[in-house]
Amino acid sequence: MFTNFPLFPEQASAQAAQVDGIYFFLLAVTAFFSLLIAGLVVVFAIKYRRRHEDEVGVAIHGSLALELLWTVIPFLITMVMFVWGAKVFFDIYRPPAGAMEVYIVGKQWMWKAQHMDGIREINELHVPVGRPVKLIMGSEDVLHSFYIPSFRVKADVIPGRYNHLWFTATKPGKYHLFCAEYCGTKHSGMIGWIYAMEPTEFQAWIGGGRSSDTPAAAGEKLFTDLACITCHRDDAKALAPQLKGLFGHAVQLQGGGTAIVDESYIRESIVNPQAKIVNGFPPIMPTFQGLVTEEQLLQLIAYVRSLGEAAPPTAAPQAPGKD
Amino acid sequence: METLNYLNDGHGLASWLLTKDHKRIALLYLASITAFFFLGGFFALMIRLELLTPAGDLMTADTYNKMFTMHGVVMVFFFLIPSIPAVLGNFLIPIMIGAKDLAFPRLNLLSWYIYVLGGLFTLTAALSGGVDTGWTFYTPYSTAAANSHVIIAALGVFITGFSSILTGLNFIVTVHRMRAPGLTWFRLPLFVWSMYATSLIFILGTPVIAITVLLVAVERVLHFGIFDPALGGDPVLFQHLFWFYSHPAVYIMILPAMGVISEIVQAFSRKNIFGYSFVAFSSLAIAIIGFLVWGHHIFVAGQSVYAGMIFSFLSFVVAIPSAIKVFNWTATIYKGSVSYDSPMLYAFGFIGLFTIGGLTGLFLAAMGFDIHVHDTYFVVAHFHYIMVGGAIMGYLGGMHYWWPKISGRMYPEGWAKFAALMVFVGFNLTFFPQFIVGYLGMPRRYHEYPPEFQVFNVASTLGATVLAVGYVLPMVYFTWSIFAGERAPADPWGSKGLEWEIPSPPPTENFFVTPIITHGTHQYAPSKEVGVA
Amino acid sequence: MLDRHAEHFPGPIHRPPVVDNVDAIQPHVHAEHPHHPKLQHHFDTMAQQIEASTLGMWVFLVTEIMFFGGLFMCYLVYRTASPEGFAEASHHLNVTWGTVNTLVLIISSLTMALGVRAAQTSAPPKTQVFWIVATMFLGAAFLGVKAIEYADKFTHHLVPGPYFKWQGKHPATAEMFYSLYFCMTGLHALHMVIGLGIMAVIGTMAWRRQFDADYYTPVEVAGLYWHFVDIVWIFLFPLLYLIGGHFTE
Repeated sequence: MFTNFPLFPEQASAQAAQVDGIYFFLLAVTAFFSLLIAGLVVVFAIKYRRRHEDEVGVAIHGSLALELLWTVIPFLITMVMFVWGAKVFFDIYRPPAGAMEVYIVGKQWMWKAQHMDGIREINELHVPVGRPVKLIMGSEDVLHSFYIPSFRVKADVIPGRYNHLWFTATKPGKYHLFCAEYCGTKHSGMIGWIYAMEPTEFQAWIGGGRSSDTPAAAGEKLFTDLACITCHRDDAKALAPQLKGLFGHAVQLQGGGTAIVDESYIRESIVNPQAKIVNGFPPIMPTFQGLVTEEQLLQLIAYVRSLGEAAPPTAAPQAPGKD
Repeated sequence: METLNYLNDGHGLASWLLTKDHKRIALLYLASITAFFFLGGFFALMIRLELLTPAGDLMTADTYNKMFTMHGVVMVFFFLIPSIPAVLGNFLIPIMIGAKDLAFPRLNLLSWYIYVLGGLFTLTAALSGGVDTGWTFYTPYSTAAANSHVIIAALGVFITGFSSILTGLNFIVTVHRMRAPGLTWFRLPLFVWSMYATSLIFILGTPVIAITVLLVAVERVLHFGIFDPALGGDPVLFQHLFWFYSHPAVYIMILPAMGVISEIVQAFSRKNIFGYSFVAFSSLAIAIIGFLVWGHHIFVAGQSVYAGMIFSFLSFVVAIPSAIKVFNWTATIYKGSVSYDSPMLYAFGFIGLFTIGGLTGLFLAAMGFDIHVHDTYFVVAHFHYIMVGGAIMGYLGGMHYWWPKISGRMYPEGWAKFAALMVFVGFNLTFFPQFIVGYLGMPRRYHEYPPEFQVFNVASTLGATVLAVGYVLPMVYFTWSIFAGERAPADPWGSKGLEWEIPSPPPTENFFVTPIITHGTHQYAPSKEVGVA
Repeated sequence: MLDRHAEHFPGPIHRPPVVDNVDAIQPHVHAEHPHHPKLQHHFDTMAQQIEASTLGMWVFLVTEIMFFGGLFMCYLVYRTASPEGFAEASHHLNVTWGTVNTLVLIISSLTMALGVRAAQTSAPPKTQVFWIVATMFLGAAFLGVKAIEYADKFTHHLVPGPYFKWQGKHPATAEMFYSLYFCMTGLHALHMVIGLGIMAVIGTMAWRRQFDADYYTPVEVAGLYWHFVDIVWIFLFPLLYLIGGHFTE
């Protein structure tokens, strides 16, 4: 009903309606209480205006019943807002299984995106309508924030770790992408467009793109180039954990404890390998901080993931290098 | 003939620059924060002019970034935080509690010098090229990427912090130890309660921002890794430490204004406050709970969702004491004898604008909605409704209420009413459109923006111009009144409070005889029983 | 609202031009006691003045706790993130020097307390000055040891920044540890230097016979500050020096 009114932004994702639901509730509460207070102040100010110079007000010291009333009622209303807001936040925060994944790297002052099948984009992101899309985001330099107003989603992009964000576009179209966290001179130029496309069009677009290597393939190449493969190998000479089927599983750490092998763990193991050593292996891996870019890190992660996703170990086609 | 008072008791520059009289120190602060207010206002006007058109055509992106940074730094640290406490608090607390001065007069003067020193650092940073980090100094931009004068500005903030700390310390000790005989805690004027709560935030919060900006400077100069991820640090830790102070700092700005409004509403309704103890304790509740809500600034920075939930819950809780105050003010007007003098007009404006500002805070506390409007103009509009619509309305209301006491002169009431109207209209025209443009998705700190947002920005700039006139007017007629204003009687408003029982302007040591207090302030009508609700 | 006030000053008030004699315009207040020469004009009684000064110092110490608190928070966050790295880095601090310094500071707290006691009991200025100088001597000794330790860190490339070198398994964490080490101990040392300055002033005042059983607030307040700075070290020492104790190569 309200969505055609120009004072409201377009609703183009499954989340947008949820967020706007809270908005309209809050707007109603705000309007009610603002008008109530303003109305009372105006009415009292006129009704009890000073009529002669020596007039004084009536001495009223308070009323416990009223105080309790206007403590408890606002509290209950805010608790509705709290629960509602938290529920929507959880829905927006938790990506569904099977979402289409895209890697995003923010740097001063552009957005780089790479699709799983290798298509790269700058300051643009094409996504299909009706399918959950999960963005895995890192930053090369300072803080950024990935914001699509029409989808009502936003997440800070933080150097040194991964943050994620997901959405399901519902309406084909072209939507603003903004950087919402101040990042320097051209902060306001770090903008772009999100293209939501019908699934068939999206398939056509992605098929016709300038295809470079998929992130996993690029990662595999890096894996060889950086000589990771010297230690992370399949045979008995392996000095480091075997990576096949590792992703998403727990590993035992030296000194007790376990860690789940996810994007952040792999990233940490590449840039700060000594932080969490897998039990039974010598702490010999050098750091690759500064040697690999954020994009390359994401490619390496994609490669490790692809090893994990290739189900039983026998089916893995990757050859163990020839050093 | 003119009576001897604090203004004519000693002449010459030295008698002002070396004074230990809390009233003269208040005037030193008044002069310096007014200068900073207009400096910050100039930066604001530059921002608004740039945003008149979607293209960045007035100044370069770097200049624009420096403008909003300097606007934030100057307004927050050098105007809003010291405004009511250092001017009205300094002037009124000793008088309201029946003391001759604050507990530590020399420390009070030192606080002002520290403030000026910090201000000089900031001015140096501004004049030598500016800072472009945003007033939030977020790392790693501030420590690794920005190539502007971050260190000087950070030191300015660090130094000025000690002025706040020492002022808060002075107020706390004064309220504890200097009250006149018979002045029990529940007879204290509500302004003193609010200043006490503010002082608690000063002493507990300010040291944390001091150490945080110091660490930023250390990281920048010595390349120690504390917050920069490239050096092994955690940039989100900086945000936690920063907001641990900077969220309570919002209450440093609004609590004193609430205290002022409590006084004005009573004086101009000729009626004691409705629910004294609820209003008094809500100040303390705001000060204490206000320390536990900082995480709502980082809902989308990848903080744990469970931590986010706790912060969200507490952010809703902290709204309740504010709501209690608003309801009690409204109830105070009921069956009062309401006059429309200019201080009361500011109080009306405050109640309306603060209600909107507070309620829109609930939008941001609701996590699901905050995702959308975080770091947009919605946030900008919200905190300006609190800081400008709330704190500055309260400050101006207080200045109009106590100006006859401070200066011993009356200002032209007609002009004052006109200025109050200009401020109210200009303010709403400036900031209401920003709620809408923020909800539409315009991010803050944008030098250029998509053209569909222009209409709201034009309205905003127009409003800012009106607002500027509203702010210049009081400065003009206050100055005029010093030379040509009618002499003020001891109690021009028919108010009841200790400050209205001594001459205007007050004598140097306020009271010739330590007063003995038998009941609370603002008792107008004969009452069966004096006490609290 | 005032009972007596209003009747005294019904009209415009002409204050007597002489302001030196506080009693002349304050006939009611404690006229029975002659004013102590150290009573400042805006206090009514010595007791009020003493209470205000002491409360002021306690409030100041609260702000100091919050000040150091920010650093302790950073320490907590980073140590929780990598306890092994912190243990490894801590292993390279000199526990012997740390222990010596801890003892030096504990003894200085004793001499400080004895100095306050001397003023409180109106002991001769020589005794008062002796304890204050002893405190200063121990404070200076602490700073001397600290200087030796810092110099050692410089020569071993343990100062964070471009020249930092670390042979162990956790270079990044070690650098973070030493960043915090220098910030925390540096800030503490700065407080020690300020403390020495305060003690110099207090010592001079004691030498000039300013303190006795009726008036010793400055010594007491300075003592509170000194003890606070000592206590901060009592926290720093185990957090920085002793967590490497169980570290195994």
